[in-house]
Amino acid sequence: MRILACIKRVPITGGRIVLTEDSRAIDTRHLGFTMSPHEECGVEESVRIIEANGGDSVVITLGPPEAVEQLRDAMALGIDRAIHLQTDGQEWDGETTAAALTEAIRADEAASGPFDLVFFGNESADSGGFQVGARVAFTLGRPCVTGLKRVAIEGASVRCEQEVEGGRDVYVVPLPAVLTVKEGLNLPRYPSVPGRMRASRKPVAVNTPSRPDSRLELVRLVVPEGQGRRAEVLGSGAAAAPAVVEMLRRAGVL
Amino acid sequence: MVLVLVEQTDGKVADPSLQALTLARSFAQPVDALLMGTAADLTQHGVSVAHVAEHVALGSFAPDAWAAVLHQLAVSLNASAVLAAGTERGNEVMARLSARTGLPLAANCIAVSPGPPVTLTRQRWGGSLLEEARLNSERPLITVAPHVVPIEPAPMPAAIERFAPELTDSDLLVRVVERVAAVGGGISLTEAKVVVSGGRGVGSKEGFGMIEELAGLLGAAVGCSRAVTSAGWRPHTDQVGQTGTKIAPEVYIACGISGATQHMAGCKGAKRILAINSDAQAPIMLSADYAVVGDLKEIVPAISAEIRKSR
Ligand SMILES: Cc1cc2nc3c(=O)[nH]c(=O)nc-3n(C[C@H](O)[C@H](O)[C@H](O)COP(=O)(O)OP(=O)(O)OC[C@H]3O[C@@H](n4cnc5c(N)ncnc54)[C@H](O)[C@@H]3O)c2cc1C
Ligand SMILES: Nc1ncnc2c1ncn2[C@@H]1O[C@H](COP(=O)(O)O)[C@@H](O)[C@H]1O
Repeated sequence: MRILACIKRVPITGGRIVLTEDSRAIDTRHLGFTMSPHEECGVEESVRIIEANGGDSVVITLGPPEAVEQLRDAMALGIDRAIHLQTDGQEWDGETTAAALTEAIRADEAASGPFDLVFFGNESADSGGFQVGARVAFTLGRPCVTGLKRVAIEGASVRCEQEVEGGRDVYVVPLPAVLTVKEGLNLPRYPSVPGRMRASRKPVAVNTPSRPDSRLELVRLVVPEGQGRRAEVLGSGAAAAPAVVEMLRRAGVL
Repeated sequence: MVLVLVEQTDGKVADPSLQALTLARSFAQPVDALLMGTAADLTQHGVSVAHVAEHVALGSFAPDAWAAVLHQLAVSLNASAVLAAGTERGNEVMARLSARTGLPLAANCIAVSPGPPVTLTRQRWGGSLLEEARLNSERPLITVAPHVVPIEPAPMPAAIERFAPELTDSDLLVRVVERVAAVGGGISLTEAKVVVSGGRGVGSKEGFGMIEELAGLLGAAVGCSRAVTSAGWRPHTDQVGQTGTKIAPEVYIACGISGATQHMAGCKGAKRILAINSDAQAPIMLSADYAVVGDLKEIVPAISAEIRKSR
């Protein structure tokens, strides 16, 4: 089988989001980076499917040169190789991201055969466009199932489960297919030291697509109100218990 | 005219759709609604015409079919914009509509002004950050973030018109073939009035015993942070946050949770947040309403004992 996982490099913002002076980006000077937990589950699922069935697993990202760190993270979990669509760090919107990914998928498939499954996160952690997976699937003419918490290959089909109010909705679609997944799909393994060593030697193919204009054009970012108040301290240690009970009573839950 | 996809659950129009109908009025144009399969009373929500799509295949959810119906109706009415609620289904149907029309989509908006070009404010990072943007499009596609825009009633006739879409086999390839009911048991995280949540500070899987004890006394659900699910102490179904469950209880008690933006994105809808943390400088102190500073291993059992004593 051939499986592709799509990931995006995002900052780990911690307790408070700080913006750059022009308010067009997050100030990431003091921050670490990661991929979304949803996407990490897509990576883990890809690795498990290839472990069980044999084949080729690939990870792709569109992002700045430093995004190679997230590609290495994915390869440390067991992905075989990576494709890096390098940008100059400017953000691409959902529409242009999908177009660049689709083109790269077509090129890789022309060389190595079709991907049975392409995994996306249900939504990216930072921009949350909720669309790249559906766009790529439509252009490739493949079925797309979104928001999945369980994926099982059954012959030439894949059974997919979505968590919904009151239970799970089940879909069964033929391969090849595009799946968008959520955290909780699996519990990703912790990368081992040998896994990290192997990852540093795995191949990364680099390409530099040029960025088209976005029709959804970011003007500026704003940190919403409500952050930055101060909690009323009810006390410290066990001695605060009566004050807590009093608060619960006032809140009408006791 | 602006067209809004209206979702129903168990025959009732869902609140996020009513919020989308309210935001749609920002365009200062007549608002039409699309209902899938079953009519609903929209006479209080500023709707000129409620179009009811009728097709044998609309019995079970098929997202590409919904996108096809929305597309056909938007074209036949020459809608100037199409909106839906930013629910799981709303977002996925609109993403498919954007793919098949080749138009840009702005997800999870909280404000719109008609332009041209349309300017809007949308949520990023699960609502922890807002983006002001311009949407350059001949037919703006917009989803409305749930539970931000207040529903404003506006009495209107909401005439009902039937609509028969044409669906192809490929529109129906992806469809719900089975609904597996959840195994009952426990209080659901989304419905609980009180949630007692534990983070890395709880220290171990066993440490959640005292969290469960307090939750039991309060009739509360147990929640947790991602640090806890990653460690395997609790299942992901308990995780509160951007990539977990979003909740809005009366009281949220966060024990040993630092207050990362991605965690707070899941609980900022709570009426009151109590933080129990040994670090008086933890970020959660800036988003909680109340705090108790100290070791949760002493404080949580003391609260349980105090509740027992008071009964
Ligand atoms: C894209 C993305 C999505 C994410 N989604 C989520 C999500 O959905 N939900 C989520 O929770 N996280 C999410 N995270 C992770 C998030 O950024 C934090 O890493 C996580 O919330 C930290 O969990 P924590 O507060 O339990 O642990 P920590 O940050 O380690 O905090 C532990 C806290 O416990 C306190 N403490 C320690 N010992 C005690 C004690 N004995 N008594 C009292 N207090 C004590 C410490 O002072 C500290 O404040 C996401 C991250 C990213 C990048
Ligand atoms: N720059 C990117 N590079 C690779 N994959 C991406 C990129 N942006 C988004 N994706 C994928 O598309 C999913 C949905 O993104 P979005 O539509 O922005 O919410 C993400 O979870 C990723 O799997």
